[in-house]
Amino acid sequence: MAEKMSLHVRRYLKRIAVLMLLYLIFLFSADYLIDNEMVSDAPAYILAFLAGLPVAGMFWAIGMLLIEETDEFLRMLLVRQTLIATAIAMASASIWGFLESYDLVPHIESFWWAVIWFFGLGIGGLVNRLTLGAAGPG
Amino acid sequence: MKNRLKILRAERDWTQGDLAEALEISRQSVNAIETGKYDPSLPLAFKIADLFGMAIEQIFINDKQGV
Repeated sequence: MAEKMSLHVRRYLKRIAVLMLLYLIFLFSADYLIDNEMVSDAPAYILAFLAGLPVAGMFWAIGMLLIEETDEFLRMLLVRQTLIATAIAMASASIWGFLESYDLVPHIESFWWAVIWFFGLGIGGLVNRLTLGAAGPG
Repeated sequence: MKNRLKILRAERDWTQGDLAEALEISRQSVNAIETGKYDPSLPLAFKIADLFGMAIEQIFINDKQGV
């Protein structure tokens, strides 16, 4: 049976949709303009910064969902998801960092740890589903 | 923690969705409480007790007392 989506989750999804759109715009702009050497120095820094900003915004959106969610059980599920995601991302970054420092593995650009964190949210949802019967809000 | 929520709900012929709506919580929350996977906070336990017109200890069973 499909669950009715809460107002908070709908708001969260809207925020994520806007941030994704901004991310695509800034990423392609930065890629195009910087790679083709159409901008340099300060404008290049600003463009690269802007590409990362919507990703930071996604952490904000998840934080806002955590604050706004009034259902205590769903809020607990989200806390568990974020803790699992953080554990996976931070553990991966720590271990990879040491492997990388001894030249045992190739360099990974740091934004990938954010991607792994988002992947960790999915793992957290799966753990919630298996142990508590529901993945999380939404 | 064990509870009598499912029985009380069935006596009133309510679905999990009906109970969730009355308590202003999600159906997942009702399911998790009924199956003992989640113990509600004290404010929510009071809200549940008020809805059924009972005391908290008439709905939630203290495992340690073995009642």
